[in-house]
Amino acid sequence: MAPPPAVAAHDLSLGYGAGPALEGVHFEAAAGTTLCVLGPNGGGKTTLFRALIGDLRPLAGEVRVAGRPAYLAQTERTRLDFPVSALDVALMGSLASGRWWLPPRRAERHAALAALERVGLAAQAGTLFGELSGGQRRRAMLARALTQDAAVLLLDEPFAGVDPASAELMTAVFDELRSEGRTLLVSTHDVESARSFDLVLCLNGLQVAFGAPGESLGREVLEATYGSDLVILEEPPERPVRAITVQHHEH
Amino acid sequence: MDPLDILLDPLRSGIERRALAEVILLGGICGALSFWIMSFRLSYPAESLAHGLLPGLVLASLAGVPLLLGGTCGVALAAGLVALASSDPRVGADSATAVVVTGMFGLGALLALSPDAPARLEELLFGDPLGVTDSDLLASAALATLGAGTLAALHRPLCAVAFDSPGAGALGLRPGAVRLALMMLLAAAVAVAVQGLGSLLVLAVLVAPAVAVRSRASGPARAMLCGALVAAGAGVVGLYASHHLGSAAGASVALALCAAAGAGAALPERVRPPGAPGGGASPARRAAA
Repeated sequence: MAPPPAVAAHDLSLGYGAGPALEGVHFEAAAGTTLCVLGPNGGGKTTLFRALIGDLRPLAGEVRVAGRPAYLAQTERTRLDFPVSALDVALMGSLASGRWWLPPRRAERHAALAALERVGLAAQAGTLFGELSGGQRRRAMLARALTQDAAVLLLDEPFAGVDPASAELMTAVFDELRSEGRTLLVSTHDVESARSFDLVLCLNGLQVAFGAPGESLGREVLEATYGSDLVILEEPPERPVRAITVQHHEH
Repeated sequence: MDPLDILLDPLRSGIERRALAEVILLGGICGALSFWIMSFRLSYPAESLAHGLLPGLVLASLAGVPLLLGGTCGVALAAGLVALASSDPRVGADSATAVVVTGMFGLGALLALSPDAPARLEELLFGDPLGVTDSDLLASAALATLGAGTLAALHRPLCAVAFDSPGAGALGLRPGAVRLALMMLLAAAVAVAVQGLGSLLVLAVLVAPAVAVRSRASGPARAMLCGALVAAGAGVVGLYASHHLGSAAGASVALALCAAAGAGAALPERVRPPGAPGGGASPARRAAA
């Protein structure tokens, strides 16, 4: 018998009251695979992640995640005026173990420091979160996810608005996580970066496609996912199409 | 007057010793709590509870039962009514709260100003630290002990939720439950502190200390500790001023607290050299561990 999938959604339908925002989601990802969640803004990527962390109850169907996933949110809802250091933020990840009423153990403190080291923030451990740069803040939030030591990580648009140096550091960390055998779900609207994943899930209010990138990322799927936002750069015979998307930011 | 007398004079009377103990106990716990009231933006709910409990206090005073009982019932009733009124989306929480609180306050005044009521409205509104009894002190000590224990046990969830509420939820905490626990502690603090400082002035000890230390606080634990020290200190200063100037005790304490807040807010923002160590709640957490 095959081992149970690390992440699974079965006939999933999600919404916020006035009808479903995302329908017909049905996929499974085995432990250790990397899955790219591809789609335009408003396509349902964040909605899916909210269901996977248990923040949003499905209208229909079910989601299953092995253990409590670590979550790196797309939009920062952090309070920059709240006086916590980068180390304090990284330490928050150990709250997922459930011992919230006790001060952090020595091992948890070491794990948080190691996480800061991994994201290149060892020197900023004592710096107040609000005094870090945007890219550093994102890396501190990633350190919080690393401290959690979860088998499944959900990374929502991890590179959005991040400086190139931070993006490079984060990519290296993601590669390490992958080689450690963790399951990574990464959402993006960047078609080209999706090709390096084991699996790709295309969402545009409903599930357009799911499978290996080579089979899934054809012209029809991309057009169904992005509609008029899609710009086909090149469509050589016998090779995948190359395309970019035009993003309309309305917020 | 001998400078030593200025310090020792108020300590010679049992009434003033009790008043000092009361403001130190209440200042200690409410000063620490005020950091969370500010961080969770609960100043307006705190004011609502403090004012909305007036009918409870007045009825307790008329019936001759302990004010703490009236205050507790009043807080519970005010909180329930505010929650109920706020749930009407057509009005909005702020406006609904304002109407409920003014209504409750008016009801309290009406009861207190009825012809056969004892003339104690002033004391209920503005408080009288000099009037605290041994049982009031006992209640304050219990609040300080339970409150400190609660804040210590909830320290990490409070930090995580205040910093990033959705993220704390993803870590498995329940932000709603954490917020509710904080609200219950706030309600208990209001019910107890209102005995000494009155329905109108109690807000000073729940909000002013956090304002006073905000710009200097490098971490939640330090902010709580400094808030507690500032509040207890301002309480003592207010009582001494009241003794020597002959001013109303409750109002003097409230003014001293607000003066500390004004002075703290006027201080320049703390400048940190880049990469300086420290910050966060780590020192206190290490001490607690």
